[in-house]
Amino acid sequence: MKQFLAFVKKEFFHIFRDTRTMLILLGMPIVQIILFGFAITTEVKNSKIAVMDLSRDATTQKIIQKLQANEYFTVVEDVQNPDRIDELMKAGKVSMIVVFDSDFESNMLHTGEASVQLIVDATDPNQATTMTNYATSILTQYQQEMSTTYRASFVLTPQTRMLYNPQMEGAYNFVPGVMGLILMLICAMMTSIAIVREKERGSMEVLLASPIKPIFIIISKAVPYFILSIVNLITILLLSVFVLKVPIAGSLVLIMLASLVFILVALLLGLLISNVVNTQVAAMLISGMGLMMPAMLLSGMIFPIESMPAILQWFSSIIPARWYIEMIRKLMIQGVDGIYVIKEFAILTLMVLVLLGVSLKKFKIRL
Amino acid sequence: MNDVVISADKLTKRFGNFTAVDQISFEVAKGEIFGFLGANGAGKTTAMRMLCGLSHPTSGGGSVAGFDINKEQEKIKQNIGYMSQKFSLYEDLKVWENMRLFGGIYGMKEKDINIKTDKILEHLGFTAKKNTLVRDLPLGWKQKLAFSVSVFHTPKIVFLDEPTGGVDPITRRQFWEMIYEAVNDGITVFVTTHYMDEAEYCNRVSIMVDGRIEALDSPKKLKKQTNSQTMDEVFQKFARKATRGDN
Amino acid sequence: MSAVSVKNINKKYDRIIALKDISFEANSGEIFGIIGPDGAGKTTLFRILTTLLLADSGKATVDGKDVVEQYKQIRQEIGYMPGKFSLYQDLSVEENLEFFATIFNTSIQENYYLIEDIYKQLEPFKKRKAGKLSGGMKQKLALCCALIHKPVVLFLDEPTTGVDPVSRKEFWEMLKKLKEQHISILVSTPYMDEASLCDRIAFIQDGNFLKIDTPSGIISQFGEKLWAVEADNMYKLLLDLRNNKHIKTCFTFGESHHITVDNTLTMEELKTYLSDKGHTGIQIRAIEPTIEDCFMQITEKKQNE
Repeated sequence: MKQFLAFVKKEFFHIFRDTRTMLILLGMPIVQIILFGFAITTEVKNSKIAVMDLSRDATTQKIIQKLQANEYFTVVEDVQNPDRIDELMKAGKVSMIVVFDSDFESNMLHTGEASVQLIVDATDPNQATTMTNYATSILTQYQQEMSTTYRASFVLTPQTRMLYNPQMEGAYNFVPGVMGLILMLICAMMTSIAIVREKERGSMEVLLASPIKPIFIIISKAVPYFILSIVNLITILLLSVFVLKVPIAGSLVLIMLASLVFILVALLLGLLISNVVNTQVAAMLISGMGLMMPAMLLSGMIFPIESMPAILQWFSSIIPARWYIEMIRKLMIQGVDGIYVIKEFAILTLMVLVLLGVSLKKFKIRL
Repeated sequence: MNDVVISADKLTKRFGNFTAVDQISFEVAKGEIFGFLGANGAGKTTAMRMLCGLSHPTSGGGSVAGFDINKEQEKIKQNIGYMSQKFSLYEDLKVWENMRLFGGIYGMKEKDINIKTDKILEHLGFTAKKNTLVRDLPLGWKQKLAFSVSVFHTPKIVFLDEPTGGVDPITRRQFWEMIYEAVNDGITVFVTTHYMDEAEYCNRVSIMVDGRIEALDSPKKLKKQTNSQTMDEVFQKFARKATRGDN
Repeated sequence: MSAVSVKNINKKYDRIIALKDISFEANSGEIFGIIGPDGAGKTTLFRILTTLLLADSGKATVDGKDVVEQYKQIRQEIGYMPGKFSLYQDLSVEENLEFFATIFNTSIQENYYLIEDIYKQLEPFKKRKAGKLSGGMKQKLALCCALIHKPVVLFLDEPTTGVDPVSRKEFWEMLKKLKEQHISILVSTPYMDEASLCDRIAFIQDGNFLKIDTPSGIISQFGEKLWAVEADNMYKLLLDLRNNKHIKTCFTFGESHHITVDNTLTMEELKTYLSDKGHTGIQIRAIEPTIEDCFMQITEKKQNE
């Protein structure tokens, strides 16, 4: 045990004395969270929109004027032909189209109900939500004005159609995504590099030829990174709650538990990598290309899994980060009960068991 | 001594308040084998970098191959050859590709390169290995080849930084015979080594201690002067006075 | 009992045969030197003996324990300094030593007497990072780290490569002192002049052990007349000597050339031969062979076979 502690202590010395490692470890989560936070703008100003007025009556004209007068929107086109809607959206000329039903005014005055359709480009889900909210509030305002004028109640129902990203995934996606990425980076990449460094410098030979159990060498290499990833996990959660105002909707205990399993998977992957390569550069390449890239591109963090080709969808299911991100999204953003993430949790646990088996089998007591 | 090809005049290099090379002065004549000895950290590498035009002296000056080491560094590089144990050849290039590359770097004509490549390979008995990757050659071969490449463009002076580390005794000798040959062709050789018996091959040697040249003469005279049997003894007597380590 | 015993060890990497049927015994309490150039197989042999590599065939024991079956016991008892080992550069002298003491289940105090002589020189710098030490100092610290648990057998793989002659000499003085503490030492080196400092040596080249004997034993078996020849133009001298058919071998040795001659040639005749060729300052004297002469003789013989 004393040997083990001495080892862990030494490992912390290595980390604390290397400014580069420290920067990656502690700076990276902060930078990523802040960057993602700012990159996704929630501010909408002078967004180009189009209208399609099938009714062409006084009410619709008034609403269109209100939309135009608003600082949020600029009406750039009055669409005549439904085909044009598709054209405009695809060309990216407008990001929202407001469609009024025919007989809008008469419907409203006679039945007290009229519907207006909002077609929104949801490639950037945050912006899409904001635009819908603004448009809806303009409509509601108008509805209230009408109610006071006519002393009757009218209901304007905006029907929203999101194009390109119907589930609105990605709204708060980046927080679970960054968590997955950072934990993968620290546990897999940094651990494998730290172990391979000893091989490269020749100290691994001395350690292996010493009485310390080889498995201890590996475990004690992983301990500091385990601790640091917990610290990072907490930092990310704090940042997202207090800086980005992303609330934690679900149980903190469950989030931590899910993270622990994911950390285990990442650590084991790191150990496996360090087992097969002999240079730090190779370790970095393998963990970068083999772990980080898929975790970023195929986990649903950036591109929705549903819109991937079947083969990539299949491939994404062996990426641990996919299940972790999905689980955190459910627990943290949607605030569901533990019971709804049992599938993801079970898959990650299975991964731990398989990796553990492979690692133990592959583990070398010699060079 | 006629025809001085290397001269250093109070050459000094300081890093902050650390004086790596402290006012060294010496001259090397054309066709000499000059041994540049010193313990780890005595300042050999720093001095050699200045002479090769890779680093500016803090003060003092000198000339190499007739060019000022303060002002004409690019011309110096054109006129010298350099080989070190650490880097000599590209391991992932073939034997002839290495020769062609270095010939090209020094601006030799394609035709001359081809002729010289064949000539050298034949002389070394490496003709059969012309298309072999350098990494597949035994260490001793590599070192011999590296030396040939460093004198490929017939420089006036060749600088050798510990050229024979780890090489077996027979290959080491073949290496020194190549150096003799080069000298016979009029090339001046400036060499550092940790093998003290190799110092005896040199016409003259200097021993650097703590950034200064403490001894400079022919091996024979140095032995007589210090009453020693071997250059190793001579070296021990001077270098034990050192007070600083390297880095 | 022998400190190290090796029987018919073979080891092959993908294409290269690293060790060919190696057998030897290193006695308890002796300094056994393995002398040979880079790439001869020294490191492979050390790794097999320190239980880090498995041989393809053959058997080896360290302090009577099998390197395969009893690797755990061996790891308790040996000290090992690999060739490229450079300690932990970012830990201080003291932290390095403390770390190695702990993983070997001991403390600096327990065996301090063993390293005292060496460590005293390092003590003034004990707060300094290992990366900031000079080459010789690093070597000393590495030796301390390998010694801290009082090993029965000490394995030193090229401890003096790239180290200047003064530090090399100091290093060998330390090894002699360790021998007095009854530590068996297996050391490899490419420097022939260090061979004479060992009790027994083995010449290794291309994975073969060419000869195993005491340095004096090897020298006594040289069995040829050996002369040192000097003249003013050493390069021309070399060519002319090579052209004399009475001269069997001719190697440069710094200020002189060493030649072996057949029985018919006398020194006077050689002197005349060289004068006729226009040499000046000719000096010829009979000499005792050095280890290096012997190594070359043996490798040449092997190559001619």
